[in-house]
Amino acid sequence: MKRLCVLCGMFLLIACRRDMQDQPKYRPFRKSTFFGDERSARPQVAGTVGRGQLHEDNLLFSGKSGTVFADTFPVPVDEALLRRGQERYRIYCSPCHGLLGRGDGMVVRRGYRPPSSFHVERLRAQPAGYFFDAISHGFGAMPDYAAQIPVRDRWAIVAYVRALQLSQNVPLADVPADERAELEKGTATP
Amino acid sequence: MSQTFHHSTNTLSKLSIFGALFLVVGALWVTVEVNRSPYVTQEGVAREQPVPFSHQHHVGGMGIDCRYCHTSVEVSATAGIPPTKTCMNCHSQIWSNSPMLEPVRASFRNDTSIEWTKVNDLPDFVYFDHSAHVNRGVGCSTCHGRVDRMPLMAQAASLQMEWCLQCHRQPERYVRPQAAVFDAAYEPPADQRALGSRLVKEYGIHTRTSCSTCHR
Repeated sequence: MKRLCVLCGMFLLIACRRDMQDQPKYRPFRKSTFFGDERSARPQVAGTVGRGQLHEDNLLFSGKSGTVFADTFPVPVDEALLRRGQERYRIYCSPCHGLLGRGDGMVVRRGYRPPSSFHVERLRAQPAGYFFDAISHGFGAMPDYAAQIPVRDRWAIVAYVRALQLSQNVPLADVPADERAELEKGTATP
Repeated sequence: MSQTFHHSTNTLSKLSIFGALFLVVGALWVTVEVNRSPYVTQEGVAREQPVPFSHQHHVGGMGIDCRYCHTSVEVSATAGIPPTKTCMNCHSQIWSNSPMLEPVRASFRNDTSIEWTKVNDLPDFVYFDHSAHVNRGVGCSTCHGRVDRMPLMAQAASLQMEWCLQCHRQPERYVRPQAAVFDAAYEPPADQRALGSRLVKEYGIHTRTSCSTCHR
Protein backbone atom coordinates (compact mmCIF):
# COMPACT_ATOMS: atom_id res chain seq x y z
CA MET A 1 0.00 0.00 0.00
CA LYS A 2 2.82 2.36 0.94
CA ARG A 3 4.57 1.65 -2.35
CA LEU A 4 1.38 2.34 -4.24
CA CYS A 5 1.08 5.70 -2.50
CA VAL A 6 4.65 6.62 -3.48
CA LEU A 7 3.98 5.55 -7.04
CA CYS A 8 0.81 7.65 -7.20
CA GLY A 9 2.73 10.58 -5.74
CA MET A 10 5.34 10.24 -8.48
CA PHE A 11 2.65 10.37 -11.10
CA LEU A 12 1.45 13.65 -9.63
CA LEU A 13 5.00 15.02 -9.93
CA ILE A 14 5.00 14.56 -13.73
CA ALA A 15 3.40 17.98 -14.03
CA CYS A 16 6.40 19.62 -12.33
CA ARG A 17 8.55 19.13 -15.43
CA ARG A 18 7.76 22.53 -16.88
CA ASP A 19 9.16 24.54 -14.00
CA MET A 20 12.52 22.89 -14.36
CA GLN A 21 12.46 23.55 -18.09
CA ASP A 22 11.76 27.25 -17.76
CA GLN A 23 13.64 28.48 -14.76
CA PRO A 24 13.38 32.07 -13.55
CA LYS A 25 16.90 33.01 -14.60
CA TYR A 26 18.53 34.85 -17.46
CA ARG A 27 19.75 32.87 -20.44
CA PRO A 28 21.12 34.78 -23.45
CA PHE A 29 18.58 37.15 -25.06
CA ARG A 30 15.91 36.41 -22.45
CA LYS A 31 13.47 39.17 -21.66
CA SER A 32 13.87 41.03 -18.40
CA THR A 33 11.08 42.50 -16.29
CA PHE A 34 13.60 44.30 -14.08
CA PHE A 35 15.35 46.64 -16.50
CA GLY A 36 13.49 49.45 -18.22
CA ASP A 37 14.44 48.39 -21.75
CA GLU A 38 13.33 44.80 -21.01
CA ARG A 39 16.72 43.38 -22.00
CA SER A 40 18.67 41.03 -19.76
CA ALA A 41 21.83 41.76 -21.77
CA ARG A 42 23.14 45.02 -20.40
CA PRO A 43 25.10 47.66 -22.33
CA GLN A 44 28.55 48.58 -21.14
CA VAL A 45 28.50 51.23 -18.43
CA ALA A 46 29.44 54.59 -19.96
CA GLY A 47 32.95 55.79 -19.24
CA THR A 48 34.36 52.34 -18.42
CA VAL A 49 37.09 50.46 -20.27
CA GLY A 50 37.03 46.66 -20.15
CA ARG A 51 40.02 44.38 -20.42
CA GLY A 52 41.23 44.29 -24.01
CA GLN A 53 39.33 47.47 -24.88
CA LEU A 54 42.13 49.98 -24.43
CA HIS A 55 42.96 49.89 -28.16
CA GLU A 56 46.44 51.38 -27.69
CA ASP A 57 47.71 50.00 -31.00
CA ASN A 58 46.70 52.78 -33.36
CA LEU A 59 47.52 50.91 -36.57
CA LEU A 60 45.67 47.75 -35.50
CA PHE A 61 42.49 49.50 -34.40
CA SER A 62 42.26 52.45 -36.80
CA GLY A 63 44.31 51.46 -39.84
CA LYS A 64 46.22 54.71 -39.54
CA SER A 65 49.77 55.62 -38.72
CA GLY A 66 49.43 59.01 -37.12
CA THR A 67 46.41 60.48 -38.88
CA VAL A 68 46.86 59.09 -42.41
CA PHE A 69 45.86 55.63 -43.64
CA ALA A 70 48.78 53.22 -43.45
CA ASP A 71 49.71 50.83 -46.22
CA THR A 72 51.25 48.33 -43.81
CA PHE A 73 49.56 45.50 -41.93
CA PRO A 74 49.65 45.30 -38.11
CA VAL A 75 49.57 41.49 -38.37
CA PRO A 76 51.89 39.16 -40.34
CA VAL A 77 50.43 38.46 -43.79
CA ASP A 78 50.77 34.74 -44.45
CA GLU A 79 48.73 32.00 -46.08
CA ALA A 80 46.73 31.37 -42.91
CA LEU A 81 45.66 35.03 -42.81
CA LEU A 82 44.69 35.01 -46.49
CA ARG A 83 42.63 31.84 -46.06
CA ARG A 84 40.89 33.33 -43.05
CA GLY A 85 40.34 36.51 -45.06
CA GLN A 86 38.86 34.55 -47.96
CA GLU A 87 36.44 32.76 -45.64
CA ARG A 88 35.38 35.97 -43.87
CA TYR A 89 35.14 37.89 -47.16
CA ARG A 90 32.74 35.27 -48.49
CA ILE A 91 30.58 35.51 -45.36
CA TYR A 92 30.38 39.26 -44.84
CA CYS A 93 31.42 40.99 -48.08
CA SER A 94 30.44 38.80 -51.02
CA PRO A 95 26.67 39.40 -50.60
CA CYS A 96 27.27 42.89 -52.06
CA HIS A 97 30.81 42.97 -53.46
CA GLY A 98 30.54 39.59 -55.19
CA LEU A 99 33.01 36.73 -54.97
CA LEU A 100 35.57 38.54 -57.15
CA GLY A 101 35.00 42.03 -55.77
CA ARG A 102 33.32 43.38 -58.88
CA GLY A 103 30.43 44.85 -56.93
CA ASP A 104 27.87 42.45 -58.35
CA GLY A 105 26.76 40.41 -55.32
CA MET A 106 23.27 38.99 -54.81
CA VAL A 107 22.09 41.84 -52.60
CA VAL A 108 23.14 44.37 -55.24
CA ARG A 109 21.23 42.38 -57.87
CA ARG A 110 18.16 42.77 -55.66
CA GLY A 111 18.41 46.54 -55.66
CA TYR A 112 21.07 47.68 -53.20
CA ARG A 113 23.20 50.58 -54.42
CA PRO A 114 26.12 48.90 -56.22
CA PRO A 115 29.53 49.37 -54.63
CA SER A 116 32.54 50.23 -56.74
CA SER A 117 34.55 47.34 -58.14
CA PHE A 118 37.80 46.72 -56.24
CA HIS A 119 39.57 46.61 -59.60
CA VAL A 120 39.35 50.29 -60.55
CA GLU A 121 42.47 52.41 -60.47
CA ARG A 122 41.19 54.57 -57.58
CA LEU A 123 40.79 51.60 -55.23
CA ARG A 124 43.93 49.79 -56.36
CA ALA A 125 45.86 52.89 -55.29
CA GLN A 126 44.28 53.09 -51.82
CA PRO A 127 46.39 52.01 -48.83
CA ALA A 128 45.37 48.96 -46.78
CA GLY A 129 44.22 51.15 -43.90
CA TYR A 130 41.58 52.71 -46.16
CA PHE A 131 39.80 49.36 -46.57
CA PHE A 132 40.12 48.64 -42.86
CA ASP A 133 38.46 51.96 -42.13
CA ALA A 134 35.63 51.28 -44.60
CA ILE A 135 34.86 47.96 -42.87
CA SER A 136 35.03 49.57 -39.42
CA HIS A 137 32.99 52.69 -40.13
CA GLY A 138 31.16 52.04 -43.37
CA PHE A 139 31.52 54.03 -46.57
CA GLY A 140 28.78 55.71 -48.59
CA ALA A 141 25.83 53.32 -48.71
CA MET A 142 27.85 50.59 -47.01
CA PRO A 143 27.02 50.12 -43.33
CA ASP A 144 29.76 49.56 -40.77
CA TYR A 145 30.75 46.00 -39.87
CA ALA A 146 32.40 46.81 -36.54
CA ALA A 147 29.87 44.74 -34.60
CA GLN A 148 29.97 41.74 -36.93
CA ILE A 149 33.68 41.39 -37.77
CA PRO A 150 36.38 41.39 -35.05
CA VAL A 151 39.42 43.62 -35.69
CA ARG A 152 41.87 40.88 -36.68
CA ASP A 153 39.36 39.39 -39.12
CA ARG A 154 38.95 42.82 -40.72
CA TRP A 155 42.68 42.87 -41.45
CA ALA A 156 42.46 39.35 -42.86
CA ILE A 157 39.70 40.57 -45.19
CA VAL A 158 41.81 43.57 -46.23
CA ALA A 159 44.67 41.20 -47.09
CA TYR A 160 42.29 39.08 -49.15
CA VAL A 161 40.93 42.15 -50.96
CA ARG A 162 44.53 42.96 -51.88
CA ALA A 163 44.92 39.40 -53.18
CA LEU A 164 41.71 39.78 -55.21
CA GLN A 165 43.00 43.02 -56.70
CA LEU A 166 46.23 41.29 -57.66
CA SER A 167 44.37 38.33 -59.15
CA GLN A 168 42.31 40.50 -61.50
CA ASN A 169 45.16 42.65 -62.74
CA VAL A 170 48.03 40.34 -63.61
CA PRO A 171 50.12 41.15 -66.69
CA LEU A 172 50.18 38.13 -68.99
CA ALA A 173 53.99 38.09 -68.68
CA ASP A 174 53.66 37.21 -64.95
CA VAL A 175 51.65 34.06 -65.66
CA PRO A 176 53.79 30.88 -65.72
CA ALA A 177 54.52 29.83 -69.31
CA ASP A 178 52.63 26.52 -69.15
CA GLU A 179 49.46 28.17 -67.90
CA ARG A 180 49.73 31.08 -70.28
CA ALA A 181 48.81 28.89 -73.21
CA GLU A 182 45.79 27.71 -71.22
CA LEU A 183 44.71 31.31 -70.63
CA GLU A 184 45.09 32.26 -74.26
CA LYS A 185 42.84 29.38 -75.22
CA GLY A 186 40.33 30.81 -72.80
CA THR A 187 39.59 27.50 -71.11
CA ALA A 188 41.01 28.20 -67.67
CA THR A 189 38.46 28.37 -64.88
CA PRO A 190 38.79 31.14 -62.31
CA MET B 1 -28.94 -22.17 -4.27
CA SER B 2 -28.18 -21.32 -7.86
CA GLN B 3 -24.95 -19.58 -8.73
CA THR B 4 -25.14 -15.81 -9.17
CA PHE B 5 -22.67 -15.85 -12.03
CA HIS B 6 -22.63 -18.17 -14.97
CA HIS B 7 -19.71 -20.59 -15.15
CA SER B 8 -18.22 -18.76 -18.13
CA THR B 9 -17.46 -15.66 -16.05
CA ASN B 10 -14.50 -17.57 -14.59
CA THR B 11 -12.83 -17.41 -17.96
CA LEU B 12 -13.95 -13.82 -18.41
CA SER B 13 -12.42 -12.72 -15.10
CA LYS B 14 -9.14 -14.46 -15.91
CA LEU B 15 -9.15 -12.77 -19.27
CA SER B 16 -9.77 -9.35 -17.77
CA ILE B 17 -6.87 -9.73 -15.32
CA PHE B 18 -4.66 -10.66 -18.25
CA GLY B 19 -6.15 -7.85 -20.33
CA ALA B 20 -5.53 -5.28 -17.60
CA LEU B 21 -1.82 -5.97 -17.95
CA PHE B 22 -2.02 -5.12 -21.65
CA LEU B 23 -4.09 -2.08 -20.83
CA VAL B 24 -1.48 -0.73 -18.38
CA VAL B 25 1.42 -1.46 -20.73
CA GLY B 26 -0.54 0.01 -23.62
CA ALA B 27 -1.31 3.17 -21.65
CA LEU B 28 2.36 3.58 -20.79
CA TRP B 29 3.31 3.07 -24.43
CA VAL B 30 0.78 5.66 -25.56
CA THR B 31 2.16 8.13 -22.96
CA VAL B 32 5.71 7.60 -24.17
CA GLU B 33 4.77 7.99 -27.82
CA VAL B 34 2.68 11.10 -27.17
CA ASN B 35 5.69 12.56 -25.36
CA ARG B 36 7.80 11.91 -28.43
CA SER B 37 5.24 13.25 -30.85
CA PRO B 38 5.44 16.71 -32.46
CA TYR B 39 2.36 17.58 -30.37
CA VAL B 40 4.65 17.72 -27.33
CA THR B 41 8.10 18.35 -28.86
CA GLN B 42 6.85 20.93 -31.41
CA GLU B 43 9.07 19.27 -34.01
CA GLY B 44 8.30 20.57 -37.48
CA VAL B 45 5.82 23.16 -36.19
CA ALA B 46 6.43 26.60 -37.73
CA ARG B 47 6.18 29.32 -35.07
CA GLU B 48 4.61 32.68 -35.45
CA GLN B 49 7.05 35.56 -35.37
CA PRO B 50 6.62 39.34 -35.16
CA VAL B 51 8.16 39.50 -38.66
CA PRO B 52 7.73 36.48 -40.96
CA PHE B 53 11.50 36.13 -41.52
CA SER B 54 12.27 33.52 -44.15
CA HIS B 55 15.49 31.53 -43.94
CA GLN B 56 14.49 29.99 -47.26
CA HIS B 57 14.74 33.38 -48.94
CA HIS B 58 17.88 34.63 -47.18
CA VAL B 59 19.90 31.41 -47.05
CA GLY B 60 18.49 29.38 -49.94
CA GLY B 61 17.67 32.24 -52.31
CA MET B 62 20.34 34.83 -51.54
CA GLY B 63 23.08 32.45 -50.43
CA ILE B 64 23.90 34.41 -47.29
CA ASP B 65 26.15 32.50 -44.90
CA CYS B 66 24.72 31.54 -41.47
CA ARG B 67 27.50 33.51 -39.82
CA TYR B 68 26.58 36.80 -41.48
CA CYS B 69 23.81 37.09 -38.88
CA HIS B 70 24.70 34.46 -36.28
CA THR B 71 28.13 35.99 -35.70
CA SER B 72 29.03 34.37 -32.39
CA VAL B 73 28.33 30.75 -33.35
CA GLU B 74 32.03 29.86 -33.70
CA VAL B 75 33.24 31.48 -30.50
CA SER B 76 30.40 31.31 -28.03
CA ALA B 77 27.81 29.01 -26.50
CA THR B 78 25.03 30.89 -28.24
CA ALA B 79 24.86 31.39 -32.00
CA GLY B 80 23.49 34.89 -31.50
CA ILE B 81 20.22 36.44 -32.57
CA PRO B 82 21.24 39.33 -34.82
CA PRO B 83 20.53 42.85 -33.60
CA THR B 84 18.13 44.94 -35.69
CA LYS B 85 21.15 46.76 -37.12
CA THR B 86 22.08 43.59 -39.03
CA CYS B 87 18.64 43.53 -40.70
CA MET B 88 19.01 47.20 -41.55
CA ASN B 89 22.38 46.59 -43.25
CA CYS B 90 20.33 45.60 -46.30
CA HIS B 91 16.79 46.65 -45.47
CA SER B 92 17.66 50.32 -45.18
CA GLN B 93 17.62 50.14 -48.98
CA ILE B 94 15.86 46.94 -49.97
CA TRP B 95 12.13 46.54 -49.22
CA SER B 96 12.56 49.72 -47.21
CA ASN B 97 8.88 50.64 -47.57
CA SER B 98 7.45 47.17 -47.03
CA PRO B 99 4.74 47.17 -44.36
CA MET B 100 5.86 43.65 -43.43
CA LEU B 101 9.16 45.10 -42.23
CA GLU B 102 7.64 47.95 -40.21
CA PRO B 103 8.37 46.17 -36.87
CA VAL B 104 12.04 46.04 -37.90
CA ARG B 105 12.15 49.73 -38.74
CA ALA B 106 10.27 50.62 -35.55
CA SER B 107 12.77 48.58 -33.54
CA PHE B 108 15.64 50.43 -35.22
CA ARG B 109 14.05 53.86 -34.76
CA ASN B 110 13.10 53.40 -31.12
CA ASP B 111 16.01 51.21 -30.03
CA THR B 112 13.65 48.51 -28.80
CA SER B 113 14.12 44.77 -29.23
CA ILE B 114 12.11 42.70 -31.66
CA GLU B 115 10.58 39.93 -29.57
CA TRP B 116 11.36 36.86 -31.63
CA THR B 117 9.87 33.56 -30.55
CA LYS B 118 12.65 31.14 -29.67
CA VAL B 119 12.19 28.08 -31.85
CA ASN B 120 14.92 25.68 -30.76
CA ASP B 121 14.33 26.15 -27.06
CA LEU B 122 16.28 23.70 -24.95
CA PRO B 123 15.27 23.18 -21.32
CA ASP B 124 17.06 25.57 -18.96
CA PHE B 125 18.98 22.74 -17.32
CA VAL B 126 20.78 21.93 -20.57
CA TYR B 127 24.00 23.84 -21.26
CA PHE B 128 24.48 23.47 -24.98
CA ASP B 129 27.52 25.12 -26.57
CA HIS B 130 27.39 25.98 -30.28
CA SER B 131 31.11 26.70 -30.63
CA ALA B 132 32.07 23.29 -29.24
CA HIS B 133 29.96 21.64 -31.94
CA VAL B 134 30.58 23.72 -35.08
CA ASN B 135 34.35 23.65 -34.51
CA ARG B 136 34.32 19.85 -34.38
CA GLY B 137 32.53 18.97 -37.58
CA VAL B 138 28.90 19.09 -36.43
CA GLY B 139 27.04 20.87 -39.22
CA CYS B 140 24.25 23.40 -38.66
CA SER B 141 21.82 21.29 -40.65
CA THR B 142 22.56 18.17 -38.58
CA CYS B 143 20.47 19.70 -35.79
CA HIS B 144 18.59 22.55 -37.49
CA GLY B 145 17.65 20.70 -40.67
CA ARG B 146 17.30 22.24 -44.11
CA VAL B 147 16.96 25.80 -42.86
CA ASP B 148 17.41 26.95 -46.47
CA ARG B 149 14.03 25.38 -47.22
CA MET B 150 12.11 26.83 -44.27
CA PRO B 151 9.94 29.84 -45.11
CA LEU B 152 9.18 30.03 -41.38
CA MET B 153 11.50 28.57 -38.79
CA ALA B 154 10.56 25.24 -37.26
CA GLN B 155 12.40 22.78 -35.07
CA ALA B 156 13.88 20.03 -37.22
CA ALA B 157 14.40 17.60 -34.35
CA SER B 158 12.64 16.62 -31.15
CA LEU B 159 15.45 18.12 -29.04
CA GLN B 160 14.81 15.35 -26.54
CA MET B 161 17.73 13.78 -24.71
CA GLU B 162 17.47 10.50 -26.62
CA TRP B 163 17.96 12.54 -29.78
CA CYS B 164 21.10 14.26 -28.43
CA LEU B 165 22.49 10.92 -27.30
CA GLN B 166 22.25 9.38 -30.78
CA CYS B 167 25.19 11.55 -31.77
CA HIS B 168 26.91 11.70 -28.39
CA ARG B 169 27.11 7.91 -28.43
CA GLN B 170 28.08 7.53 -32.09
CA PRO B 171 29.48 10.82 -33.38
CA GLU B 172 30.99 9.05 -36.41
CA ARG B 173 27.48 8.71 -37.81
CA TYR B 174 27.04 12.47 -38.07
CA VAL B 175 30.33 14.45 -38.20
CA ARG B 176 31.30 16.05 -41.49
CA PRO B 177 34.43 17.79 -42.80
CA GLN B 178 35.00 21.14 -41.12
CA ALA B 179 34.72 22.94 -44.47
CA ALA B 180 31.11 21.73 -44.88
CA VAL B 181 29.80 22.67 -41.43
CA PHE B 182 27.94 25.77 -42.67
CA ASP B 183 26.75 24.17 -45.91
CA ALA B 184 22.98 23.96 -45.49
CA ALA B 185 22.58 21.52 -48.40
CA TYR B 186 25.33 19.09 -47.32
CA GLU B 187 24.49 15.42 -47.85
CA PRO B 188 26.54 12.79 -46.05
CA PRO B 189 28.53 10.56 -48.44
CA ALA B 190 27.82 6.86 -48.87
CA ASP B 191 30.89 5.96 -46.80
CA GLN B 192 29.84 8.17 -43.87
CA ARG B 193 30.97 5.53 -41.35
CA ALA B 194 34.52 5.47 -42.72
CA LEU B 195 34.70 9.24 -43.15
CA GLY B 196 33.11 9.77 -39.72
CA SER B 197 35.55 7.46 -37.94
CA ARG B 198 38.47 9.25 -39.56
CA LEU B 199 37.12 12.71 -38.66
CA VAL B 200 36.33 11.68 -35.08
CA LYS B 201 40.02 10.81 -34.64
CA GLU B 202 41.23 13.87 -36.52
CA TYR B 203 39.07 16.34 -34.56
CA GLY B 204 39.67 14.60 -31.23
CA ILE B 205 35.98 13.94 -30.61
CA HIS B 206 35.08 11.87 -27.55
CA THR B 207 31.80 10.12 -26.95
CA ARG B 208 30.52 12.22 -24.08
CA THR B 209 27.55 10.68 -22.29
CA SER B 210 28.24 11.71 -18.72
CA CYS B 211 25.36 13.71 -17.17
CA SER B 212 27.62 16.64 -16.37
CA THR B 213 28.60 17.06 -20.03
CA CYS B 214 25.32 18.88 -20.61
CA HIS B 215 23.72 19.25 -17.18
CA ARG B 216 25.22 21.34 -14.42
